[in-house]
Amino acid sequence: MSRRKALSSALGTAGGWLLALVILVPLAIVVLASLKTKPEAATMDLTLPAMPQWGNYLEAIRRGGLVRAFFNSVLISSVSATVCILVSSTAGFVLSRNRTRLNNAIFNYIFLGLIAPLNYITTIRTFQVLHIMNSYVGIILLYIALGIPFAVFAYFGYVSTIPRELDEAAVIDGCNPWQMFSRVIFPLLKPVTITVLVLNFLGAWNDFISPLYLLNRQSTWPMVLSVYNFFGMHFNEWNMISAVILLGTLPVMLLYLFGQRYIVSGMTSGAVKQ
Amino acid sequence: MRASKVYTSWFLAPAVIIYTVLFVVPVVLGLAYSMTNWNSMSDTVKFVGLKNFREIFSVGSPYLKNLSITLIFTVFTLIVKEGCGLGLAVLVNSGIRSKSALRAVFFLPQTLSPLIIGIVFISLLSPGGVVNAFLRLIGLDGLTKAWLVDPKFVLGATILVESWRMIGWNMVILLAGLQAIPLDYYEAAALDGASFRGQFLHITIPLLVPSLTITAVLNTIHGLKTFDLIFALTGGGPGHLTELLNVAVFHEFSMGRYGMATALGVVVFAITATIAVAIKNAMMRNVVEA
Repeated sequence: MSRRKALSSALGTAGGWLLALVILVPLAIVVLASLKTKPEAATMDLTLPAMPQWGNYLEAIRRGGLVRAFFNSVLISSVSATVCILVSSTAGFVLSRNRTRLNNAIFNYIFLGLIAPLNYITTIRTFQVLHIMNSYVGIILLYIALGIPFAVFAYFGYVSTIPRELDEAAVIDGCNPWQMFSRVIFPLLKPVTITVLVLNFLGAWNDFISPLYLLNRQSTWPMVLSVYNFFGMHFNEWNMISAVILLGTLPVMLLYLFGQRYIVSGMTSGAVKQ
Repeated sequence: MRASKVYTSWFLAPAVIIYTVLFVVPVVLGLAYSMTNWNSMSDTVKFVGLKNFREIFSVGSPYLKNLSITLIFTVFTLIVKEGCGLGLAVLVNSGIRSKSALRAVFFLPQTLSPLIIGIVFISLLSPGGVVNAFLRLIGLDGLTKAWLVDPKFVLGATILVESWRMIGWNMVILLAGLQAIPLDYYEAAALDGASFRGQFLHITIPLLVPSLTITAVLNTIHGLKTFDLIFALTGGGPGHLTELLNVAVFHEFSMGRYGMATALGVVVFAITATIAVAIKNAMMRNVVEA
């Protein structure tokens, strides 16, 4: 019996890794192609480059304008994720603690944003009226707005697991509401904060549709838009395209490597009860 | 301690203001502008009532084609993602080794930009690409196709790429659902002589309904909203065959037909909300308490 079990487990493991190749092979092809010469990369496959072209990456950075794009992406993603944390944690806290009828209505109002898709055409109109078209401020504010529903929802749930007595003790000790929140409550919300931070950063980094509609000036383009632009102009240089893609996704890959736990649980939370 | 003093509304204000101005206002404006002839040709925006919607839903309109393609895409991606996701979850949960490594690998595509996935698959699905090379390798030469050009297969190809991206995400959710099922149920069933198939159909599936429901709802929403992946992969072509609604919105927009683009956006919004709620209600009726 136990031998049969061991065999079936080994078979299952082998089968699992065989299926994992479906995910891994395309990624490996991109990595390999990024090190090839242009003719070698013409057919994207698993063959090794005759001579690894490490210079491809430097050329990709230069020709793709990736330095600028990288800083744009870092700026847009990190600022929007941070501010989203700030406004959503306070909001989630108050909505969870003070359940008046008005606050419940506000919660439902924000919750709608989890389902409803944004209308980009009228977002352009709104941006024009506010004079934030083609600006960092505009797209950062948009990402904050898009992140708020999930973040408020996550904080709302987590706050209800923190004893109310802590708030009372802080107030009795003479804290004003902001001190109470920032010194006592916010540090306790760390798991949600990390999850929301990572997810919003990732979401903003990977987003394509918002900059496509809202950023027309190349100097403001983030990484993904730059990748697309490069692809459009050099569609037969798969070695360069692969190098650009690799550099564009490297930060995301590193984040996934180190923050996998938060990313997986965050991206599936709401669907999975923790 | 006065609640309204301690839990001050100032804490709520920034989130509510930003969300309202940059999310709710555009959505509400969308409803308003969808009833206008707003376009890049004229400076004046005229109210035209439901004209845009009548055009969308008139017999033989190209938008109905967009709608039906979107629905087909949504239904089939839903089936593939959820079916394969469930299969993988059962496999990974069956006591095999390197469970967490496999989970990490299958989930990985979910963290990549759909646009970039689209670009990569353009090359993999090209006639000389690795997909066809693999088919030849296993002797299925007859199945090699120009996947992204052949009208018969292009929609199917986009469905498979989108599924490739999302199967791991489905797997993780369903895996969590599987792990929540008490093992005693299976032990009792095994004692009664139930087969693996019987256990799967009569224990696993009924107890997994909540997880299956939530993934169905979210897969539906994702499917209906899909844009980047198709935009990169096919641009909606060949001949509008993969032009999902959100791709059509962009095309209308780039032709300067803003009113119509907005109206199509409203249709996406209405369908997404309706279907999501309907599926949730329908499936939640069959919930079994664990």
